[in-house]
Amino acid sequence: MCGIAGLIHRGKSSNVGSELQGMLQALKHRGEDSTGYALYADTDGKNFVMRFKVGENVGEGSSSVMEDVSVYDERKKIVDQYLSEMGAKIVKEERTLPYSLRYEIDYNTKDLLEFSQKIESIPGVEILSMGKSLEVIKDLGNAKMVCDRYSLDKVVGTHAIGHARMATESGVDIKSAHPFWGYPFSDVSVVHNGQLTNYWNNRRALENKGMRFMSECDSELIAVYIAQKMREGATLEEGMKESLSGLDGVFTYFVATKDSLGMAKDTMAAKPLVLYESDDLVAMGSEEIAIRSVLPQEIDTYDPFDGEVKVWQI
Amino acid sequence: MANLKTSEKKSKSQSMGMHTEVLTGRTQQKFFNPDEAENFYYFGTYDVDFNKRTDLDVKNMTAPEANKEIDNLMSQGYGTIVIKNPQGKHSLGVGILNKLNLIFEGSLGYFGMGSCDGPIVRINGRVGWSCAENLMAGKVVIEKNAGSCFGAAIRGGDLICKGSVGARTGIDMKGGSIIVGGDAGAFTGFMMQRGRIIILGDVGINLGDSMYDGTIFVGGKIGSYGSDAVDAELTKSDLDWLKRKLKVAEIGEKFDVSKMKKIVAGKKLWNYDNLEPTEKKGAI
Repeated sequence: MCGIAGLIHRGKSSNVGSELQGMLQALKHRGEDSTGYALYADTDGKNFVMRFKVGENVGEGSSSVMEDVSVYDERKKIVDQYLSEMGAKIVKEERTLPYSLRYEIDYNTKDLLEFSQKIESIPGVEILSMGKSLEVIKDLGNAKMVCDRYSLDKVVGTHAIGHARMATESGVDIKSAHPFWGYPFSDVSVVHNGQLTNYWNNRRALENKGMRFMSECDSELIAVYIAQKMREGATLEEGMKESLSGLDGVFTYFVATKDSLGMAKDTMAAKPLVLYESDDLVAMGSEEIAIRSVLPQEIDTYDPFDGEVKVWQI
Repeated sequence: MANLKTSEKKSKSQSMGMHTEVLTGRTQQKFFNPDEAENFYYFGTYDVDFNKRTDLDVKNMTAPEANKEIDNLMSQGYGTIVIKNPQGKHSLGVGILNKLNLIFEGSLGYFGMGSCDGPIVRINGRVGWSCAENLMAGKVVIEKNAGSCFGAAIRGGDLICKGSVGARTGIDMKGGSIIVGGDAGAFTGFMMQRGRIIILGDVGINLGDSMYDGTIFVGGKIGSYGSDAVDAELTKSDLDWLKRKLKVAEIGEKFDVSKMKKIVAGKKLWNYDNLEPTEKKGAI
């Protein structure tokens, strides 16, 4: 089933970590195999923030195979070595969990493709997000568990999207969890509720164009599809509109960039979305109760129609 | 099957989407016998007094707790209940099988007022997916917007949304009326089998797709027609009914109904039909 939620504050920042946690926790009945956050935090914009994993959470219910923790340390060493070779300086390093790391990197590039390919050539290493504002945090469990595990409740920023997952199309693991980074674009992330039926056709075509897939989760296709459209020169909104015909199946998805948040709904409107829009805040989720967690007062909400695409700026 | 515009069989009931032919399917008809009156007891119903009124704040209740409390209040004879702070909770007000004035001061989530038979409900907010699913009788009025599958499989009663509704409005409906003041999404009237839908605004693609029977009236633009849906001529009885219904619904009273489009099923699938529960009640 899965639940998605997102919000964007226009003209100000807010405690988006805590707000998104409340929204996703309200949707936990739609799935709590894993939960993911894409938070657009306030930063000085100088350094890249790279969230990456060197292994999987092999806790209860995980689809992943147990690995010796020493393997994680080995992988981390190679990451550090590769960063050094590419001239990327690690400014700050956090290792929240043995498999999950956050680096602030002083690195001057506009093309993250080569950078990402190099890092991800290390077996077992996956970049969860790369950007100057975006941080993707995803792990097994419900929204509160993940929020507590990574201390997300104090993150201040302008916008965020998130996903509460009931695994149906692929395994219960971090690599299949949402949000997906819009590789190799800085600060692009995607969450999706639904099923895509032309996944393999699109995947093969995109792989032939040099795009990478880290999981077999159909939702990852949306991130890669939009990223490819943007590589070809389309705006975010144009890419999303093209996806309505390019992607087959049922879907409601959100895409976020450094300064915008967008939603798209398939032409059959088979997946739910409730939307609240005001001058200073847009909040949306699979169910109204998600919005109620940040706006408990009576408000006007509506369901976007079939085939609708909307994009908001901060 | 031919468009009704060109059909020679233009009986009044046909033009309104109500057919009078003898059904050849298996009947479930039961006839009332006064000696068996006790066997027709409607379980879970209460005699309530509309003048007996109370408020119920459900802010800190789960949906089952709230519904249980509504049931408890009805058992005490309360006939007018005002629900405070519904806050988008799912499945509120389901399974009410007797007359009741129920007022929600706020919005409902999914499946609000599902499987009801008789209450008069006013929701001063919006509703999520599948509002009033399987409604048998009564009236549900939504002051704002509604989600998808609005009035799915209703068999009777009036379901009124003053705002816009999502996709698949009236899917599989088997009777009753759905009236929408705003726009409706894709697949409105999908597989509808009987009853009437009125949309004053625009509708999305595949209107009336695979409809078996029933009638859809549209005041605005139509995205596209679904398979089996065809235009039909508005009759005087249609216009009278539309005016009367919109007036009773307190919605679009000044709307020029003569400009509405009427859509019916272009095929006849007679054997799908059996006597429906609302008709059984009538027989009983």
